[in-house]
Amino acid sequence: MAGLVPILLALLLAPLLLGVINRTKAFFAGRQGAPVWQPYHDLRRLLGKGAVYSRTTTWVFVAGPVVGLASVLAALSLLPLGGQPAFLSFTGDLVLMVCLLGLMRFVTVLAALDTGSSFEGMGASREVTFSALAEPPLFLALAILARKTGSLSLTGILGAIDHGLWLQAGPMLLLVATALFVIFLAENARIPVDDPNTHLELTMIHEVMVLDHSGPDFAMILYGAALKLWLLGALVVGILVPAGSPWYVGWPAAVGGLVLVAVLTGVVESTIARLRMHKVPQLLVGSLILALLAMVLGAR
Amino acid sequence: MNMVLEALLVFIVLTNLLMLGSSRLGVYIRAGAMQGVGLSFLFFTGEAGWPHSHIVLLALVTMVVKGLVFPSLLFRTIRQAGVRREMEPYVGFTASLLAGVAAWGFALWVGGRLPLPGVIRSDLLVPTAMFTIFTGLFLIVARRNAITQVLGYLVIENGVFTFGVAVEAATPFLVEMGILLDIFVGVFVMVITLFQINREIEEIHMDTSKLAALKD
Repeated sequence: MAGLVPILLALLLAPLLLGVINRTKAFFAGRQGAPVWQPYHDLRRLLGKGAVYSRTTTWVFVAGPVVGLASVLAALSLLPLGGQPAFLSFTGDLVLMVCLLGLMRFVTVLAALDTGSSFEGMGASREVTFSALAEPPLFLALAILARKTGSLSLTGILGAIDHGLWLQAGPMLLLVATALFVIFLAENARIPVDDPNTHLELTMIHEVMVLDHSGPDFAMILYGAALKLWLLGALVVGILVPAGSPWYVGWPAAVGGLVLVAVLTGVVESTIARLRMHKVPQLLVGSLILALLAMVLGAR
Repeated sequence: MNMVLEALLVFIVLTNLLMLGSSRLGVYIRAGAMQGVGLSFLFFTGEAGWPHSHIVLLALVTMVVKGLVFPSLLFRTIRQAGVRREMEPYVGFTASLLAGVAAWGFALWVGGRLPLPGVIRSDLLVPTAMFTIFTGLFLIVARRNAITQVLGYLVIENGVFTFGVAVEAATPFLVEMGILLDIFVGVFVMVITLFQINREIEEIHMDTSKLAALKD
């Protein structure tokens, strides 16, 4: 039953991360800002509304948010938190987790294309391009960790990153964590890759794909995005916070770490400008290079 | 202590990669300065505790010259020349980064096979030194801007300097100080020459590929 706690924590607290990011950005802009619980109110409001469907859309459009949310929920069950084991754990589950995230993106892209709007097709094209570039560093980072810890499951990997490994291979772990943080920003459509606030047609990537969704569908997409933020953030935190402490230290430390990652994201969004579209591949190649450097360090 | 040493070496490698991937001259100069300061800290990572007073002096001089004097000279030059960016490098920035990773792999391969005098404190020291030298050479060959090329020269020297740290016992104090003085004079002369060329012939814009067009 203890394996259910990470899932419950994610389900309950994931939208909070969005609230923390927005609050940090408000602080930097000198605004009062929305309360950190605002994403919960948004979700409740959206769930109370009805959905509007265009006549050109088919069942694919309706299935997009549902399958997307389902796949990120399935991925969550593989995620260990605070050094404690995940709900499900088996050899090679890290590949399945990345695949489930890929499936989530795939159905979102299909739903966007199903609307028949050239506008959403453009966003889908950009999303797919950048995520194709973000996937190699993600896999490489996980592969390095798997090799270093000698385990092929996420529970085994994150459970083996303790104080001893930090003392032995600190620079390598730091590089992997940095690479994963860049991927975290790119995959969750944050600045410097994408601006989650913009609704300008020429700049947006992720937001444009979900323009036609409304009501409960949009709530599912928002909630799925929050869970994905939690999931990838938990990977970064899992490396940075050494495992090996009991649950009453591990879980609060992990949740605290995630809030810090959210604050850091807010700081990044407030201090860095969004990159021009053709500069984004350079950033993602940069994270691949950080991972390669870590691989070289770890392979010695 | 070994951990600090490795972290410093990784830091030096990262500054190299930053220089390979950036297009702004300001970033180049700052990365070069950070690299120089990082190098001077290498002296304090020995196992024997606090180093000799002359080594401390060398580290301090390195820190001041590479972290303050060179950057201010170079910044003054780009300010006066009004050049802010490396415009059209012979090798693109992403390609340079990938070449940098290849060079890093090669440096590791060679560094593991090089017979060296004395005990090397970390098996990363020599590869990092070689990678820094490769980066400097690459910057000189693959960039057009004269300031970047001066930076490349400095980066090569940083690599040689890292070698000096690797074989600390085998290089006398005077030699290290002499090298530092040579570099200082070299950069001084280069910066003044660049400034003069740029003042006489405005349309050059620090682009070395256009220097061939000069005739008397």
